[in-house]
Amino acid sequence: MAEDTGMADSDQTRIAQQFIEAIPHARALGMRVDALGAGAATISMPWAEHLVGDPRSGVVHGGVVSALMDTCCGAAVMSHPSGPGSTATIDLRIDYMRSATRGQRITARAECYHLTRTVAFVRAVALDEDEGNPVAAATGAFTVER
Amino acid sequence: MDRREPLDRIKSRRDSALSALVSGVPYLTWLGIRFDRRGDELTAILPYDEKLIGNPLLPALHGGVTAAFLETTAIIELAWAAMWEDMESGRAVPDAAVAIHPPRLPKTIDFTVDYLRSGLPRDAYARARVVRSGRRYASVQVEAWQDNRSRLLAQATGHFLMPQG
Repeated sequence: MAEDTGMADSDQTRIAQQFIEAIPHARALGMRVDALGAGAATISMPWAEHLVGDPRSGVVHGGVVSALMDTCCGAAVMSHPSGPGSTATIDLRIDYMRSATRGQRITARAECYHLTRTVAFVRAVALDEDEGNPVAAATGAFTVER
Repeated sequence: MDRREPLDRIKSRRDSALSALVSGVPYLTWLGIRFDRRGDELTAILPYDEKLIGNPLLPALHGGVTAAFLETTAIIELAWAAMWEDMESGRAVPDAAVAIHPPRLPKTIDFTVDYLRSGLPRDAYARARVVRSGRRYASVQVEAWQDNRSRLLAQATGHFLMPQG
């Protein structure tokens, strides 16, 4: 089992990347699956001029961070070992701790920390290149459809 | 307030102030978000586009798009409400033609979205209500819908830090 994990992980990541690229909005934002498996996901996207929410600072709009966090949380749920058939966001709260630095890649890391028959509980952080100093944190509840 | 001020001048002042607020934000242009104004009441409009889809099988709007739409509506409403008095008294008249000084926008502290229905591949609308606006902090509630005003797509509440100075 343990020997299979590395192989299964990269396989799952490749499948997940194809899955992400089939989502028009994720593709439009240039999302990339960096890691996926066992109820955890890492997805990143590049900074871009047209995503700026504050023209004075060049900081990306909070909505962009929301889209990345939401996608990453959903992917974490889908990768849970219990194998949910599909999922949808029930609610998502995002705390914006600081502005993401202009020009830097944004990475979301999500973890599905509890799952019932019908609901998945997820938490996530968003980071730029200064990884020790998160940009945003999220907590959410997602549906689990078997 | 000058009761005799020509109507076209009032409308053009308000429309150009609103346009200065919205047109300075690249992300709003990219998503295609527009604002409809009736007096001081704003309705945000998100015209449907294929790139907004999050589930191509249903199809349904991306949850992140819905969140972004609600957050944007809250920020613009808050900035608009904050500048209304100055704009109407003639103290500050933001001008879309003068892009050197884009208006300072409130910063999101936290934002919580309740997803009530899956978003249809159609236009969406949203209105925000400033529940409390202090000197530093503000609390805003937002609702979004599609075909029927009473059948909400999503609602959200958020806290914001007001621009200082």
